[in-house]
Amino acid sequence: MNGWEQSAVSIAVFLPAAGALVIAFAPSKDDRLLRTLAIVFTGAALAVGIAILFGFDYTSGARQFELNVNWVAAIGIRYHVAVDGISLPLFELTLLLSFLCAVYSAKVIPSPGRTKGFLALVLLLETGMAGTFVAFDLILFFVFWELVLVPMYFLIGVWGSANRAYSALKFFLFTMIGSVFMLLGFIGMYFAAKPHTFDIVTLQHIASTAPFARNVQLLIFAGVFLGFAVKVPMWPLHTWLPDAHTDAPTVGSVLLAGVMLKMGGYGFIRIALPILPNAARAWAPWIGILATIAIVYAAFCCLAQRDLKRLIAYSSVGHMGFVMLGIATLTQVGINAAIFGMVAHGIITGMLFFEVGSLYDRYHTRQIAEIGGGMNLVMPRLGTLFWFTAIASLGLPGLAGFWGEVMALYSSYSPIDHVALFRTLMVFGGIGTILTAAYLLWTVQRVNLGVAPASWKERALPDVTAVEWASWVPLVAGIVVLGLVPGLIFGMTNDAVSGLMKVFGA
Amino acid sequence: MIAYSWLIPALPAVAFFVIFLLGSRLPGRGAPVGIVAVAASLGMSIVVLGQIAAGHGPFESSIQWLQVGGLRLEFGEYIDGLTAVFFVVVCLISLCSQVYSLGYMKGDRRFSSYYAFLSLFTASMLNLVIADNLFQLLVGWELVGICSYLLIGHWWEEKENSDAAIKAFVVTKTGDVPFLFGIFVLTLAAGGVANIPQISNMAASGQLGTGLLTVAALLLFGGAIGKSAQFPLQVWLPDAMAGPTPVSALIHAATMVCAGVYLVGRMYMVFAPSGHALAFVGTIGAITMLIAATMALVQDDIKRVLAYSTVSQLAYMIASLGLGPAGYTPAFFHLFTHAFFKALLFYGAGSVIHAVHTNNMSEMGGLGKRMRTTYWTFAVGTAALIGIPPLAGFWSKDDIIATAFNTHHYAIWIVALITAFLTAVYMTRAFLMTFRGEYRGEGHPHESPAVMLAPMVFLAGLAIVAGFLGAPFIHGAFHYWVAFPGGETERFNWALTILTVAVGLTGIGVGWVLYRDYREVDPLKRLGGLWTLWTRKYFMDDIYNEGIRHPIQYPIAGATASFDRTVIDGAVNGVGLSTRRLSGVLRYIQSGNVQRYAVFLFAGVAILAFVITRL
Amino acid sequence: MIHLTILLIFAAFLFSAGVYGVLARRNAVLVLMSIELMLNAVNVNLVAFAQYLKDLTGQIFALFVIAVAAGEVGIGLAIVILIYRNRETIDVDKIDLLKW
Repeated sequence: MNGWEQSAVSIAVFLPAAGALVIAFAPSKDDRLLRTLAIVFTGAALAVGIAILFGFDYTSGARQFELNVNWVAAIGIRYHVAVDGISLPLFELTLLLSFLCAVYSAKVIPSPGRTKGFLALVLLLETGMAGTFVAFDLILFFVFWELVLVPMYFLIGVWGSANRAYSALKFFLFTMIGSVFMLLGFIGMYFAAKPHTFDIVTLQHIASTAPFARNVQLLIFAGVFLGFAVKVPMWPLHTWLPDAHTDAPTVGSVLLAGVMLKMGGYGFIRIALPILPNAARAWAPWIGILATIAIVYAAFCCLAQRDLKRLIAYSSVGHMGFVMLGIATLTQVGINAAIFGMVAHGIITGMLFFEVGSLYDRYHTRQIAEIGGGMNLVMPRLGTLFWFTAIASLGLPGLAGFWGEVMALYSSYSPIDHVALFRTLMVFGGIGTILTAAYLLWTVQRVNLGVAPASWKERALPDVTAVEWASWVPLVAGIVVLGLVPGLIFGMTNDAVSGLMKVFGA
Repeated sequence: MIAYSWLIPALPAVAFFVIFLLGSRLPGRGAPVGIVAVAASLGMSIVVLGQIAAGHGPFESSIQWLQVGGLRLEFGEYIDGLTAVFFVVVCLISLCSQVYSLGYMKGDRRFSSYYAFLSLFTASMLNLVIADNLFQLLVGWELVGICSYLLIGHWWEEKENSDAAIKAFVVTKTGDVPFLFGIFVLTLAAGGVANIPQISNMAASGQLGTGLLTVAALLLFGGAIGKSAQFPLQVWLPDAMAGPTPVSALIHAATMVCAGVYLVGRMYMVFAPSGHALAFVGTIGAITMLIAATMALVQDDIKRVLAYSTVSQLAYMIASLGLGPAGYTPAFFHLFTHAFFKALLFYGAGSVIHAVHTNNMSEMGGLGKRMRTTYWTFAVGTAALIGIPPLAGFWSKDDIIATAFNTHHYAIWIVALITAFLTAVYMTRAFLMTFRGEYRGEGHPHESPAVMLAPMVFLAGLAIVAGFLGAPFIHGAFHYWVAFPGGETERFNWALTILTVAVGLTGIGVGWVLYRDYREVDPLKRLGGLWTLWTRKYFMDDIYNEGIRHPIQYPIAGATASFDRTVIDGAVNGVGLSTRRLSGVLRYIQSGNVQRYAVFLFAGVAILAFVITRL
Repeated sequence: MIHLTILLIFAAFLFSAGVYGVLARRNAVLVLMSIELMLNAVNVNLVAFAQYLKDLTGQIFALFVIAVAAGEVGIGLAIVILIYRNRETIDVDKIDLLKW
């Protein structure tokens, strides 16, 4: 145990917050300085994250880079952070996407400008998201979880498009109501545990030795379920998502879809399942059903969307449905699939939102009908990238989207119990993959293919710029590499998940 | 050499990345890279086939790909005779198509990406063939699907082309879903491994129950139905003619559609123990070969004739696989010979289209005089497809028909004979309408460039001689390369062969009589109702379009979206709104009159005091 | 020495008069004066109990209250004057900008 091991995670988490502070006190006239600062601080956090990646011991499923000190001693709240195989991929995803967002912002600051506030909020957001994935104390987790809300509220509310006030408020209230119930659940856990504790590790230990009474579990699960399910979002608690996405600025959408949705799935895996195993088993079929509804329902909604960004937002609901289906099976394969699916979705959908943002910057419309097709003729590079990402999004083998989806379906063929139900759900999930392919290819046809309306051709829209390449190439590479070498993620997660799943006797 | 077989798919894959990333900066806009890569793969394939022929047994090697819970997947190679034969066929046809495309696609604005995708297409198919693991096979399988989507939609400026591409992908994907579930069934039953040889051994040794094998086989066959365009998912293949003709040749002869047949063959240990599964496979094959042949009769588009002919010939292979182990070798022998003459026919059609700029045979005619090489090579392909001895198609098709008789599958035997007759009719029709009579179009058609003719002549040669590899009286090599245990039967029967040939010749005769004097009106129009039924594709496109696609795309999707907006989001907004309504009522308490507040305050204090004193 | 009960009854009357003034008077100055009455009623109570219990705490409290009341009247009258300047009335019924 040396200082680096203990502090690395905290450094990575709080560097962006420090950056936000520095940016707040930097001269607001010097735009370039602000943008450089944002890149430097997110880049530094990413560098620390990569160092953690190299220092991580992949052969052990245990927590590493752990720091566990008193915070609020009076009620036993501790500052307990660490990474294990489950949090590491999502933690790295957060650092990477935030960095790429900072790079992207080097060129594009959405109207009404005000670079300083925008970048400071993005960096603050990063701290909240990254912290959520490494917190091992319920209250610390909750603090980070809520910390995410405020910057995102302002990002949507100030830098958003037409309907931003409504969307921002809806986002805020919706997730806030969820988190209130989640907090009640946390407090319930605290009082149910003997001795009282907020420590996630201790609570997991309690669950595997002397679990809470079944009724207590069911009640607490209901609370935390609401918090996590809103964030995922699970059907029918999803309607904040399309609005928030439609009105959020590009960077906000990327982080919202790329990272924030994963906080919900991560919460299920980290907190709800291992601490409340009996309740999880009781609730699992319902979660599975809701997840499958989300898959098919979202595909239908996508078919009917006219706004490109809204369409992708709905597709997120469907993809997160596969994640939740994997989680609901309560099997090792399912949970691994869920984590892989979340990382893959983060990369792919993050990329899609980047592209739609850039597309909007050029066309100044997101209506599919107004774009009118032919993007591959007007901007061949942007078109090809969008086409590629859409294909990745439909779960083509060899690209990242495949493994989460197919493993979730496999786990739903062999769930821990309710075999007949989950196999039925698997069939509907399979139908969902067909519908997903259909709407994505149809979207590509309407946006990319055909002959472009003359008005766009005369406009001579610029193709992908250098800054855009810089922020997208890592994602494209990630999509291909994770698709070909899925072991990169599964190698991290498998041991940690199997440690977690002991509580289910598997 | 066998151990390095993984290079065979790897080379075209590398070519894909090189061409895709560097594109038109490469010499020849990337085409030479693809051609060299696939030629090298072809060379290696021939060596590998030679080693298999020399008796080097099945070779397997793999590395771990991923491990999740109890599921272990490898990435590796499994090489036996079937693999080696597919290597040769895929590389050979791909090479021919790439050379042919030099002429056919000359000056195309997306020439480079076309060659990139051809290379990826080849690499994916080779990966599918080499896979020793069902998930690895699935990767190749879906990549083949997306490549055919990209290539069918190559000219995506026209909406009908991209429509056809989407249709191809979505329809085959419909079959892929049961295929995926079949993989799940087998993987779970085998204890979390998807290794094909291992599963085959378990199936052969009876470790997996027959019931489970039946389910697995039927599910796997779902994938084959989609990919190999069998009834009821055959609808995508004729539309796929929207792609460039060399792509059609590649899809039909070696890659996409052959994947389904390959899958059934590769997993035949799973199919063989299950009588029900085999019966189902045979039935689907029989239905498909007949309906496809009838639809081929009435097409005006020359490529669609060939497309339906492919469906019909694939159905021969599928039906042959449904005959049991005895039908295993004939099925792949037919696939082998079919690859050569079907690619040849497509190149011929492409050459004609290149010359007259239309696909419609009613606007052709008399081209035999102007395009001598195309004419003769097309004639060879036609004769081979009809099954005129001693051309390639004769040996393989006769093999299937005889096996059907010998294994007492008389229904399939009769359907196969009828189809052979129809095949002869529609091919004669296509040949006469295209090449004989007077030219009915405009302009001056001329022979295609040498770079297109060379593959045609080469394949015509193969269409003549390839059949001898499996000819019974010279104890053909093919039956040693691709064999299934328990599949050895009596294979040649003079009486049956004469009958088959006679049926074919009758068909040619009928076609000759009907189309010898073709001018404007198709004589088959006299069939009336049948003509309508066949030209409307048994109304299956309409049923799918009006019954499934359209309702999902518009009413169901629209209803869901408005349900989302009004009911679900309405509930959300309703909660917000009712909160505001309630506060709207309650706010009237806030009169702003301080004295009134004070009244409430004192009243509260009085009540509290009262309560407290009473306690 | 006056009996405690008499003092308490006196204070109660004083307090009630103050409450009546606060609730019923329209004039803000009179309302303020009524508040003073209530405060002084409390003061009487405090001093009375201090005498009764022989404990000086109550008297000290009363001093505090007087000091605070002085400050309160100062601020209160200032507010009233400002309101009068702005709105030309000190009728508390008309000062209802905060309603709804």
